[in-house]
Amino acid sequence: MQKSVGDIENEIVEEFELFDDQMDKYEYIIDIGKKLPALDAKYMTDDFLVKGCQSKVWLHAYEKDGQLFFEADSNTAITKGIIALLVRVLSGQSAKEIISSPLSFIDKINLRAHLSSQRSNGLSSMIVKMKAYASAFS
Amino acid sequence: MNDSIRSQFPILHQHVNGKPLIYFDNAATSQKPLAVINAIEDYYKQYNSNIHRGAHHLAQMATEKYEDARKTVAQHINASEREINFVRGTTEAVNLVATSYGRKFIKAGDEIIVSEMEHHSNIVPWQMLCEEKGATLRVIPITDSGEIIFEEYLKLLSEKTKIVSIAYISNALGSIHPVKEIIRAAHEVGAVVFIDGAQALPHKKVDVKDLDCDFLGFSGHKVFAGTGIGILYGKEELLEKMNPYMGGGEMIKSVSFAGTTYNDLPYKFEAGTPHIEGGISLGAALNYINEIGLENISAYEDELLAYGTEKFLEVEGLRIVGTAKNKASVISFLVNDIHPYDLGVLLNEQGIAIRTGHHCCQPLMDRLKMEGTCRASFAFYNTKEEIDATANALKRAVKILS
Ligand SMILES: Cc1ncc(COP(=O)(O)O)c(C=O)c1O
Repeated sequence: MQKSVGDIENEIVEEFELFDDQMDKYEYIIDIGKKLPALDAKYMTDDFLVKGCQSKVWLHAYEKDGQLFFEADSNTAITKGIIALLVRVLSGQSAKEIISSPLSFIDKINLRAHLSSQRSNGLSSMIVKMKAYASAFS
Repeated sequence: MNDSIRSQFPILHQHVNGKPLIYFDNAATSQKPLAVINAIEDYYKQYNSNIHRGAHHLAQMATEKYEDARKTVAQHINASEREINFVRGTTEAVNLVATSYGRKFIKAGDEIIVSEMEHHSNIVPWQMLCEEKGATLRVIPITDSGEIIFEEYLKLLSEKTKIVSIAYISNALGSIHPVKEIIRAAHEVGAVVFIDGAQALPHKKVDVKDLDCDFLGFSGHKVFAGTGIGILYGKEELLEKMNPYMGGGEMIKSVSFAGTTYNDLPYKFEAGTPHIEGGISLGAALNYINEIGLENISAYEDELLAYGTEKFLEVEGLRIVGTAKNKASVISFLVNDIHPYDLGVLLNEQGIAIRTGHHCCQPLMDRLKMEGTCRASFAFYNTKEEIDATANALKRAVKILS
């Protein structure tokens, strides 16, 4: 059974509560990124780039049995960790769920606080892109 | 060097992300000593006024301080006051020469020479000029270690060469170019030489007579003065031959619809109300570094460079980009295949400010086949302890990223 967006978000919030040190949080984010399955090279083209990110982020989505799946990669480790968090929450959900989710875990783990404004914009662009895929498939 | 000097820079005494700030981004901009901060504050608190116009007390005082600053700059680089033009910075200095000298003297078929490792601001204005005039931009190639290839430069020179424009010190790699030899060779074919002194003035004594450069540009904010002010030095006979860059107040002698006569040097190139407190801050900054002594500054920074190079190389997988024999206190580096941006973020998290990216030198990055580097650049208020802390922070960051 696919966990709900809310359940996965709660898991992430709990995991982040283990860390006081921001460096440890970064280490955790980077490790999540390292575990993200490699994106097929054919999707690492400009067509799949998320615009508005300072680092390069490639995002690919496909539908299977009413669920939407995301695959992604980035040329920087921290951004890859961030997109991996989003993939963990949204991949495998229904288009409707993806579109309506407020993704409140981002504020709960205080993710934007340490991102530069450009990176924070980049994060917003990733979310917009994921929701746009969901709209296209719904 | 040190505690007493650091006490003059209030900004250094703060914590960033819970760690003492280590500021290693001096090639981007320098921090300001109290002497400069106070000079700006005094201007606004005591004698803010427009210059060269009013007969009243404040206007006289402001004019005097502004012209004193010009005198200080002139002495500092061994020029005459008539040759010192206040501009916004290095970028404006290049553009002024490309426009006022270039538009008048460059013709189709002429050649302008720059190097492969110039800052964009010493490339684009020349490209624009070449495009407009049908002239050609030629590029001096560099070695993998980041030195210009002098023999190749000599081969590029010909009677077609009209302008050579080159940085004294590379901002991206720290390489110090043999500008005196470059200038001499250019003069032999009758070309004029613009020296981009943005990175040189903070580290070295620059004597325009000794170099015999025709133009020199630099930025105040990189030599411990405020932002938005800089200098264009030009040989008097060249400045006299050039047309004004902008029209307006200050740069005229008399205006009528029948015709306008331009003011004398240096005011001819200073249209409008200038950056008065900026100019004053630049005078204060140069006085301040002259009190410490540029020889002392250079010697201490050489020590920091040698120490930093050694300590950084202790970080596993770190390689230094730019290993010219003659280098200023700039260390550009990469670690394994880690993206510079990731290292920059994890150093920032530990209170350390470095620069990551292409450093406004995309042609150089193309030449070196990399997207960018991490760059630590030291000033005389930095310490070996900060280098130790940075080497440790780097080791931690690399461990997380590997
Ligand atoms: C070598 C060099 N040239 C030119 C510039 C441009 O200076 P500014 O932006 O102050 O005009 C810089 C500043 O980054 C520089 O390092």
